[in-house]
Amino acid sequence: MANELKPAQRVALARNPERPGTAEFVSALFTDFFEQRGDRCCMDDGAIYGGVGLFHGKPVTVIGHRKGHTLEEHVAYHFGMPSPEGYRKAQRLMLQAEKFRRPIVTFIDTAGAYPGLEAEAHGQGEAIASTLALSSRLTVPVISIVTGEGGSGGALALGVGNRVFMLENAVYSVLSPEGFAAILWKDASRSAEACDVMKLTAADLLELKVIDGVIPEPEGGAHTDPQAVYRALDELLAKELAALSKMSGSALAAARYKKFRMMGANALRKERV
Amino acid sequence: MSNVFVRRRHKLLSLKALRDSGAVLPGNAEENCPHCGQPVLRRELVKNQYVCPQCGYHHPIGAYYRLSLILDEGSFKELDEDVVSNNPLDFPGYEAKLDGTRRRTGLGEGVVTAVGRIDGQKVAAGVLDSRFFMGSMSAALGEKVARLIEYADKNKLPLILFSASGGARMQEGILSLMQMAKTSAAIERFSEHGGLYISIFTHPTTGGVTASFASLGDIMLAEPGALIGFAGPRVIEQTIGEKLPEGFQTAEYLLEHGFVDAIVPRARLRSTLIRLLKLHGKGGDSRGK
Repeated sequence: MANELKPAQRVALARNPERPGTAEFVSALFTDFFEQRGDRCCMDDGAIYGGVGLFHGKPVTVIGHRKGHTLEEHVAYHFGMPSPEGYRKAQRLMLQAEKFRRPIVTFIDTAGAYPGLEAEAHGQGEAIASTLALSSRLTVPVISIVTGEGGSGGALALGVGNRVFMLENAVYSVLSPEGFAAILWKDASRSAEACDVMKLTAADLLELKVIDGVIPEPEGGAHTDPQAVYRALDELLAKELAALSKMSGSALAAARYKKFRMMGANALRKERV
Repeated sequence: MSNVFVRRRHKLLSLKALRDSGAVLPGNAEENCPHCGQPVLRRELVKNQYVCPQCGYHHPIGAYYRLSLILDEGSFKELDEDVVSNNPLDFPGYEAKLDGTRRRTGLGEGVVTAVGRIDGQKVAAGVLDSRFFMGSMSAALGEKVARLIEYADKNKLPLILFSASGGARMQEGILSLMQMAKTSAAIERFSEHGGLYISIFTHPTTGGVTASFASLGDIMLAEPGALIGFAGPRVIEQTIGEKLPEGFQTAEYLLEHGFVDAIVPRARLRSTLIRLLKLHGKGGDSRGK
């Protein structure tokens, strides 16, 4: 059973190049999808894939990380690691969803934001911060799904949802296990050990109340039977969107604020210092 | 407010600031500036607010000492000092390390939050302290920052935050990451209500703090020479496979690239804050209290 997988095995599954990515989820779940490109300032960052499509006949804005499948795509999209321009494109699409009153679905699959010279020069920190700030106040439903790797602030920028779900073998963490081991133990080769202590599996995150639910995968991982995963996702999105669309805009924003405001509430100890 | 309390409060901050500033150590001791390598008398360093008299290097300073440099005498009142992290992920050895750090620094967490006055104007102020796990974002740090923002919001006070952080608190994993969303959301709400937020980057500020509340100020200031970035320089060098240019990710670099309004030397910080508060009118924010 998949339940017996070790965290490191799930990390490997989450990174499996055969695993369906955002582009596959989009074509399986939405019709008439129109890709929207560019940040309207400098460039189009392919690491963020987004646009508008129909879900069960209703318009939805979709934003996700895109790793690509071919070598050319990997290079062009930095393996799904966005640059600031990617986050600014995401913000543009979020604001448009708000304008046209349509829900937002995000697909999270990145090792993290791209650590490059230009990314820093163009304000990677500011771009992520302002995306977090904006997404916290949106008055339309936001559903986030971690489909593969959810690494660091680069993942979280698309993760401020009213509901946050993970595929069973997806992982979500403060940093890649390699980076974690390098920082904490000055030894990136201890990543398997890091996986064991990081609490990065879907089951761990459900227990920590960081996510709202887990989407089961076929034994062997999502890539062995993608159709089954698409069916489960379709059902989940239909149910959650129906529930969220009953809420007013201000209630959606207030609920999202409260959800993230409570993050870590159980990590506090009251004591006199 | 009775004078006894004001005096007592002032004494408390002075004592903590004194400990932070190192002024209790022998003044004739000499140390080498970590930036220019020149020997400096501790007495000189203390007198100069921990800025190297030779090269202008701004040493990282403790949170209480920082607050004593900007707040009016006797106005400091600490908030939420009892909010501390437990060990939410049962991370091996974390609690012992927390306890040791608390004893060594006299801090409960990596941020000190307070209400005080600057030239008579009441403000909510927070200072991250790099001596405490490199000012890394823990659930408690995020909680204290969020409470400070909400305190400023509720009491219609200008908000001033000094950042200094190595990024995420590894031992708190995903809960550390979530503090980025929590604090950014709190700033956004404060801003929507018209609150003034002045953010000051100090050396060094990287990772999750850069990519959340620290980058969201209405006014963005930085201390000279401060290292400010999202990804650490070593990670970037490894990724792109080349040496980074001189001055990359410094305060001056950020100014040039449009991410801060001004670089303010430590000696001029308080007067700059006074001017900024004055420019935002009575109450220092758009809500006109």
